[in-house]
Amino acid sequence: MNRKIVGIALIAIALLALPLVLTQVGTAWVRIANLAILFVFLSLGLNIVVGMAGLLDLGYIAFYAVGAYVYALLASPHFNLHLPFWVILPIGALVACVAGAVLGAPTLRLRGDYLAIVTLGFGEIVRIFMNNLSSPFNITNGPKGITRIDGLSVGSVNFSATDTLFGLSITGPAKYYYVLLLLLLLVIVVNLRLQKSRIGRAWVAIREDEVAAKAAGINTRNVKLLAFAMGASFGGVAGGMFAAMQGFVSPESFILNESIMVLAMVVLGGMGNVWGVIAGALLLSFVPEFLRYSVEPLQMALFGRMLVEPEVLRMLVFGIALVLTMRFRPAGLWPESRHKREMGQKP
Amino acid sequence: MSAVLLEARAIGKRFGGVQALKDVSLTIREKEIYGLIGPNGAGKTTFFNVLTGLYTRDTGDVLFAGQPLELGSPYVVAQAGIARTFQNIRLFGNMTALENVMVGRHVRTQAGVFGAIFRTRAQREEEAAIKRRADELLHYVGIAHRAGALAKHLSYGDQRRLEIARALATEPKLLALDEPAAGMNATETVALRQLIEGLRADGLTVLLIEHDVKLIMGLCDRVAVLDYGEKIAEDVPAIVQRDPKVVEAYLGGGAND
Repeated sequence: MNRKIVGIALIAIALLALPLVLTQVGTAWVRIANLAILFVFLSLGLNIVVGMAGLLDLGYIAFYAVGAYVYALLASPHFNLHLPFWVILPIGALVACVAGAVLGAPTLRLRGDYLAIVTLGFGEIVRIFMNNLSSPFNITNGPKGITRIDGLSVGSVNFSATDTLFGLSITGPAKYYYVLLLLLLLVIVVNLRLQKSRIGRAWVAIREDEVAAKAAGINTRNVKLLAFAMGASFGGVAGGMFAAMQGFVSPESFILNESIMVLAMVVLGGMGNVWGVIAGALLLSFVPEFLRYSVEPLQMALFGRMLVEPEVLRMLVFGIALVLTMRFRPAGLWPESRHKREMGQKP
Repeated sequence: MSAVLLEARAIGKRFGGVQALKDVSLTIREKEIYGLIGPNGAGKTTFFNVLTGLYTRDTGDVLFAGQPLELGSPYVVAQAGIARTFQNIRLFGNMTALENVMVGRHVRTQAGVFGAIFRTRAQREEEAAIKRRADELLHYVGIAHRAGALAKHLSYGDQRRLEIARALATEPKLLALDEPAAGMNATETVALRQLIEGLRADGLTVLLIEHDVKLIMGLCDRVAVLDYGEKIAEDVPAIVQRDPKVVEAYLGGGAND
């Protein structure tokens, strides 16, 4: 027991000190850490839909977009609205939640491949909407996107500027890091508690055998909609934070590739297991960044010129990682104990 | 004679060119074990699926406990008090036996997302009650020692029992068993028979589809026979057994037909 507490304390200290260390390496790394946390958010949201309820959703990024645009519209000069973030984030979560239910409703009778195709279509529809909702009324400002979005601020503390605290200078990204860390803790607790509840059991039951779940008295329609809505609301919060951190949103941030990326994180990490999903998200967020910073100097040193762009290499590495996962650990790197048995791996 | 629990009136169901059920009417009384038999393809399982809401019916209606039963949505049927098992066992294979039964409590409990996230007192108490009840039911059907095992790792007989426990978790008035003895050996069948008799003794009504004629004749209070989607007989087993139409349905007509 004592050991556990010490372990948790060490992890907590490491997480708290991380931005201060990363700042020494370069502020860019703090931003990368922030984006990684956002991807953890997204993966945990998608894990509810794909991992627990077993509904293959390829358009999940749409809810990230919805959250981001809600934030952008309510806190920017675009409509001249400047609501505080603690009002907008819940609104963003709620709007994404409703969007999740609305987009989920037509897919209730679909399974497997068909569900994947339809959700993929919905994801694209949302993005194209954002792209075209600039006339006759300019709502989203089209492909140009929305700029000068307010950052987070509490009282006189502006999260986008550097402050000095106890002689330590804390940069904007570092401040966001702490907010994200707090939100992440919340999201993890929510995820774990849902998993071990009546609702979580119903989700897994639907994944296991939908007909039996119905016969056992589960209102599968509502329970599936709930999975879509809960998953989407996580995406909505992540989108809101994304908009606040970047200060800019445009439709091209929410392409299909991003949906696939989040799905890859869930699958690679281990569907259904919260910790596996977190590991998957962190891994797939950081690896490309390491590539970005190491590939170029490495090639320059070896060949004297760039042979392979880091971007190309990134997709190659992802592809190989997924193929290897499917071959050697089909249930993911750190699977839910149930999935592990399902996929026939030795526990 | 006890009160009528379920009254099905002129149930009809057609799949394309096949009339799977044609004007099937039957009445099940409280606390009886009612057998539904017939040759393969006679429409027994179709009747089950219509009754439990998995199929929508073309004609007819059902009165259950004096109320018209809204067919077509399985969870409403479960809520009304009809639970079922499947001919080809359908458990949640990768959940434990205990979890399987806990899922059955879903329809009688209500904790939602809010309760789950904030671990409210009501939610915690309900969760504990669900677990307690599930434990009791596993004891009742005699597989408590396998509570922590994955459903798919249970033996065949235990899986049948687990499915019954999950059905019982929904607090049914009528338990519909689709060929519960299929694939069981003689010992298992005897144990199953004791279990079903125990259910009746505890006040439950049982609707039973079965091929094992010995089991049906020994167990059932009344029996209905389906053939080509039509009910051809309904009475106590001893009379049904001698009904010429039933004999013909099972053994075929005379050589000159």
